[in-house]
Amino acid sequence: MREEIIISGRMNLGVDPVLHAWGWEISVYLFLGGLAAGLLFFAGAYYLLGKGDNYPAAVKKAPVLVPIFLVLGLAALFLDLHHKPYFWRLYTNIKFQSPMSWGAWTLMIITPLSMVWAALHIREWFPKWDWKFQWIRDLEDFFSEYKKHMAWAMVLLGVILGIYTGILLSAFNARPLWNTSILGPLFLASGLSAGSALILLLSKNERERIIFTRIDLILIGIELFLIIHMLMGFQASTQAQIDASHIFLGGDLTAPFWIFVVVLGMLVPAALEVMELRHIKVPVIIPVILVLLGSFMLRWLICNAGQLSRYLY
Amino acid sequence: MRYAMAIDTKKCVGCSDCVVACQTENDVPIGYCRDWIVEVTDGTYPQLETEIRSERCNQCDNSPCVRCCPTGASHYSEGGIVLVTPEKCIGCAACIQSCPYDARYTHPKGYVDKCTFCIHRVKKGMEPSCVAVCPTKCMYFGDLDDPNSAVSKVLKTRKYKVLAPEAGTKPNVYYLI
Ligand code: SF4
Ligand code: SF4
Repeated sequence: MREEIIISGRMNLGVDPVLHAWGWEISVYLFLGGLAAGLLFFAGAYYLLGKGDNYPAAVKKAPVLVPIFLVLGLAALFLDLHHKPYFWRLYTNIKFQSPMSWGAWTLMIITPLSMVWAALHIREWFPKWDWKFQWIRDLEDFFSEYKKHMAWAMVLLGVILGIYTGILLSAFNARPLWNTSILGPLFLASGLSAGSALILLLSKNERERIIFTRIDLILIGIELFLIIHMLMGFQASTQAQIDASHIFLGGDLTAPFWIFVVVLGMLVPAALEVMELRHIKVPVIIPVILVLLGSFMLRWLICNAGQLSRYLY
Repeated sequence: MRYAMAIDTKKCVGCSDCVVACQTENDVPIGYCRDWIVEVTDGTYPQLETEIRSERCNQCDNSPCVRCCPTGASHYSEGGIVLVTPEKCIGCAACIQSCPYDARYTHPKGYVDKCTFCIHRVKKGMEPSCVAVCPTKCMYFGDLDDPNSAVSKVLKTRKYKVLAPEAGTKPNVYYLI
């Protein structure tokens, strides 16, 4: 039996006594990235399905917000960097084995793309919008020709960005709690769910609301399945991962995880959405806020729990 | 050339001389360290066994820290030593997350720092300062490809282990047991 472990002589800020190399910035970045990915995916997908006019909130209205989310997310990431003057080094090479690297490059492509899409639909928010300069109007006409290509790119890059928010963490085998390939799909589902919730909030169209309520219900179901699957997977894995999963199964972060992520972030909004489908009126803002909060808490708690899990000591 | 270190847990008394020598040699900022002492007690009273280890970056052959670095700041240098180039490091801390040994820290100047096996000394034919200063002479350093190096010789005669081999990093710091 290992009765006592004493560690002496090490006290590195940010590493000891528990690792906290990544704070709120990374959680915010992952949350906003996931939300943006969800919105872009739905906008692109429904545009390609020819539903632009049936689902205006998804295809035209919500994506206008995406550049704001992405810029805020990137700002959070930038805040997290400790050697800021050198951040441009991210773009002097591509390293395929580094999730950070291809995440940075995906964002490099997806941010301008989302800005163009937002510019094309800015009149959804400001009907009297005028681009003032002729060359911008010409540019608008030019990009309008390529909406189909852009929609394809948004669907693909949306999925990549959504999965990336999970893979960024799951690629670290040093943190047993993150080291599961479920994290990619789980964060993707969570991002899509956050996206569909926001669309729900912006939609004034009955048909669109019903569709996105259903989509969100399915996504919440998938998320619950993936969470259970992940925790069961840990139980069947190595000691390091069994110990790691205890953080959520009786350990330090058990209460916040089950209360904020599972109950308030998934079960309650799902129940409210079912009520809505049954024509029992619930103010839509309540499930939407709960889903968004749950999506953020999922990332925040997994980000922190991973840093509590380790191999040694 | 493959630089490695062997540390005798039977001889180490946990005096922390190696920690201080490293901090002095490498100008490690106050409050930080590149090597440290771990004391592990196993067993149930009265059958107790204590192991004292001087730990540091393992200069792994399969380094997750090099793999995950988005800029190439973390890289393999001569003899397999893993180094960080401050002018390339953006301080994203991905490498800190990736190291199963928690051997890295963010330097107050912003970049990430860690043990270098004192490559600046080794290049001049000297031993790393922790090895040189150890009062019990419990550390052995050298080239694993050279059968006559101190580390190769001691690994031939003694039993050894590495830390967290299950993490798959192929560490190059060996603990004699
Ligand atoms: S011990 Fe950690 S920092 Fe050193 S090479 Fe291995 S993974 Fe990298
Ligand atoms: S903190 Fe520096 S060395 Fe570490 S992964 Fe980021 S850029 Fe590379």
